Amino acid sequence: MTQRGNPRRPYRDVAVAVPVSIPYVRYSQDTAHWWIARALKTLTERAGITPADLDGLSVSSFSLGPDTAVGLTQHLGLTPRWLDAIPMGGASAVVALRRAARAVEAGDASIVACVGADANQVDSFRKLLSSFSRFSQDASYPYGYGGPNGSFALLTDHYMRSYGVTRQDFGRICVAQRDNALTYPQAIMRKPLTLEAYMAARPIADPIHLFDCVMPCAGAEAFLVTTADIAEDLGLEQARLLSTIERHNAFPDDAIQMRGGWAMDVDELYAMAGLRPDDIDVVETYDDYPVIVMMQFEDLGFCKKGEGAEFVRSHDLTNCGSFPHNTSGGQLSAGQAGAAGGYLGLVEGLRQVTGQSLSKPVEGARTALVSGFGMINYDRGLCSGAAILQGAAT
Amino acid sequence: MSVPIERPPRKDPQAATRPAELPPLNRSRSALGMTAWAARGIFALQVCDACGRVAYPPRDACSGCLSTSLRFQPVEGGATVIAETTIRTSTDLYFRERMPWRVGMVRLDSGASIVTHLHGDVAVPGPVRMVAKLDKGGNAVVIALPAEDSDNMADDLQFRELTASPKFRRVLVTDGRSAVGQAVAARLAGAGAVSVFVGIAEPWKPFAGQSELAAMANVETMELDLTDTASVTELAGEIGGKTDIIVNTADHVRPGGLVGQDALATAHQAFEVNVFGLQRLAMAFGPGMRARGGDGTNSAAAFVDILPIHAFANLPEFGFHSASCAARHSLLQCLRAELRPGGVRVMSVFTGPVDDDWRQHVPPPKVAPSQIASAVLTALNEGIEESFVGDVAQDVMARFLADPKVLERELSQ
Amino acid sequence: MTQPPQPTGADLLQGLAAGLASGTVEIVDLTHALSPDFPVMVLPPEFGQCQPFRMEEVSRYDGRGPGWYWNTITMSEHAGTHFDAPAHWISGRNLPQGTVDAVPLDKLVGPAIVLDFSAESAADEDFLLTRDGLEAWEAANGAIEEGAWVLFRTDWSKHLGSARYLNLKEDGAHSPGPAADAMEFLVKERGICGFGTETIGTDAGQGGHLSPPYPAHFILHGHGRYGLQCLTGLDRLPARGAVLFAAPLKIRNGSGSPLRVFAMVPGKPAGL
Repeated sequence: MTQRGNPRRPYRDVAVAVPVSIPYVRYSQDTAHWWIARALKTLTERAGITPADLDGLSVSSFSLGPDTAVGLTQHLGLTPRWLDAIPMGGASAVVALRRAARAVEAGDASIVACVGADANQVDSFRKLLSSFSRFSQDASYPYGYGGPNGSFALLTDHYMRSYGVTRQDFGRICVAQRDNALTYPQAIMRKPLTLEAYMAARPIADPIHLFDCVMPCAGAEAFLVTTADIAEDLGLEQARLLSTIERHNAFPDDAIQMRGGWAMDVDELYAMAGLRPDDIDVVETYDDYPVIVMMQFEDLGFCKKGEGAEFVRSHDLTNCGSFPHNTSGGQLSAGQAGAAGGYLGLVEGLRQVTGQSLSKPVEGARTALVSGFGMINYDRGLCSGAAILQGAAT
Repeated sequence: MSVPIERPPRKDPQAATRPAELPPLNRSRSALGMTAWAARGIFALQVCDACGRVAYPPRDACSGCLSTSLRFQPVEGGATVIAETTIRTSTDLYFRERMPWRVGMVRLDSGASIVTHLHGDVAVPGPVRMVAKLDKGGNAVVIALPAEDSDNMADDLQFRELTASPKFRRVLVTDGRSAVGQAVAARLAGAGAVSVFVGIAEPWKPFAGQSELAAMANVETMELDLTDTASVTELAGEIGGKTDIIVNTADHVRPGGLVGQDALATAHQAFEVNVFGLQRLAMAFGPGMRARGGDGTNSAAAFVDILPIHAFANLPEFGFHSASCAARHSLLQCLRAELRPGGVRVMSVFTGPVDDDWRQHVPPPKVAPSQIASAVLTALNEGIEESFVGDVAQDVMARFLADPKVLERELSQ
Repeated sequence: MTQPPQPTGADLLQGLAAGLASGTVEIVDLTHALSPDFPVMVLPPEFGQCQPFRMEEVSRYDGRGPGWYWNTITMSEHAGTHFDAPAHWISGRNLPQGTVDAVPLDKLVGPAIVLDFSAESAADEDFLLTRDGLEAWEAANGAIEEGAWVLFRTDWSKHLGSARYLNLKEDGAHSPGPAADAMEFLVKERGICGFGTETIGTDAGQGGHLSPPYPAHFILHGHGRYGLQCLTGLDRLPARGAVLFAAPLKIRNGSGSPLRVFAMVPGKPAGL
């Protein structure tokens, strides 16, 4: 199909700044409102502004109910002129950024706080699953109720069968991310992980084993989107937004998920940024399970479809390696704080390219590719997105 | 092949009987359409009237053309399994007690991708047969079976959860005086039930088939008169704690309508057996069965009721009898809801006219007791909630579904 | 020699009360408990059926009635130990006072004659009491008085609880009962008030094959006499000298009724 409508305009002077990660805890009695408030307070303090200066707010949270983003404004005493709620799980941060960038660009808002946060009380994960989606309720959970583990186990099994991938290949991803996490003081998983320990872990839903799974926890992540001018006035370290993509329910006729929406839009991602995969210094993928990481390597152009495992075998994915990836440990080691999990990579990538890294800095990191993936509505993740950020030249 | 299940040992008197957990119960209204078909043993999916696309999961609009004309209809079960997993941990209490649990992804020949229970004998990847059954919560689920039957396949534990197989279970057949009761007792005793208790009302009255019944292996006659509350209560006191399946074969049939028949006393007796008899059984045995729906290999599994198809529409020659069956059908709906929390299935076996003394003048086709016995066994083995035995039952049901009012007129002509 | 004065009614009742109090007059229960498993008359299934006794609990110190216990009972008029009024049979359908509510009270209390044919009944399950048999009995025991209740002792009540009580076979029930000439004799020549049996009916199990069919029912009720069946305890009564009490429920236009039947009999000797 030929391109119709307007060509995409590049982002003009959109600044992304002030990466905030509120340290995660495994279980917490505190609510999403509490976590969001802490993130926004930290965000404004570090930006040197007051909450009243936030004229835009984008919220992603599974556990805000019965409140919405609207209710949150009254709860927190905010008076934004631009308000967004992005219920896209692991794709939330990229999508929030896309929306906020255009709002700032158009002047609909000047300083937008983007925040992803979730509470995690004992049993709240089970409750979240029970009301997650109608298709899951009707056609997925009645089958063993494995939750995301069960769904990704099927994808993983099929992917392994199709491309001759082994557990060791996934293990390399997980072990490298744990190495990275050991340099990130806020990671939930603090113990080193060897490939032997990975292989010996107990099965959860074959072929998924314990270290293929994220640890649900509570926490918050946030960043600011504003104009380059304002960021400069505030004296903030900023990254420029070069390009983004977003896609939902891609390839619906695939019998089982073997690719995400990135594969539909990857050319546009690089074209808009004027870059090639080789130009990326840091990659932050969405890693709820390692199979999805491998699919992202393929679909985002770092290798061909089916060659993800070979790519992993031939690269060092640590912060000091040949392909620095998920540099704070990703969700697999830093933890998955609900919708904040969709923010983790973007916030970490922002830190890496703006010289604010809390984990071991990637040497010479200037350009980061951040991808998101979310919402297992039935048998596959429906939302995908990616963004390229670039820090100032050093 | 599946590993044959073993006869469970006698119960440890110190072990607590754990109440049944149920699989996830919530379903959308669309999904209940699938349940309605699965209740009758049929694998049906929505098919788009506009473009013919087979839709799954159940939905409200076609994902091919946005038409909202989606209708459930039987579909071929041919499919290919393309992925599998064995779930070993779950936050759901029902599945936690039954781990590990095998699940697969199949691609239906007609195009839909389905997350499904996987029978243990299915090889992945490969061809499978998809069937729909009701789970313990009474909702439709699909299970992928091997393309060809395998040895002991009914003993697969995931499959057995979807059935009420009589194997190693203890059965009460409520009326051994009738040919239907005797045929059912013989069939279930021959299908692996460890004991078949057969109720005999008014044992001081001899009956046809008495000596054959007494000679059946694993069959034991017990005094039971469904019109006598004390009798039902007493039997429940004796065997209620170990009755896994009840098959209510009682049916008081007499011709007669309302006008000019003065048959109130007879109608009263029909209701005493057909309606209040069912209620007495439910009152006396229901609590025990509901408490034992999760009690291992020989858990309480099913309450089967055999009743005439004229429960759905009155046959005036058997006017008050039809009325008693309609009441019985309604009570079964109530009982189904009441036993479901205990994981016990309530199965209705609707029959055409039985070939007996009372239906002498009813033209054929009529139903033989052995046909009913086969239908009961099939319902248990396949987990079918509503079965229709014989051509008349199937015909009346089809006409009922088409238009109950037309059926009423047809039956009264 | 002057006759002693006739005792007044008051004297008699006072004497009866004293006798009951002292035990010189005893009461014998001739009634089975009404229970759901008590057999009832078996008729071909196309006929209306005899509804056995049934009892449904209404409350028992529980949520349905916290302080009290009671039941709803249902049954045929002819369930358990019961009374047959003349209107029960077609032969008595037009008689005055033929229903239970209209039976004169003086018919409900009267002298009892007990005919012991238990040995004959044990020897022959189809034993028929004949006029010859009655005459032989009278020769040994004296004549049957007018207005008496005649009780036919067969010890059949001892079979209750087993299939032998109804003793159903493919050709029907088999149990002892009276022949037509015996009933003709008792009703027309002796003028009895009623006839009682231990079996399920006043007629023999095969009484339908006699002429007239069911002669006890036909002849008794056709002449305004009464029937009692399913009696027990006849073995505790003397051949004569007992007084029978048999009062059915006062059911308007009723054909019969379950009831409590008992007899007063001489008890221990006076002064002991």
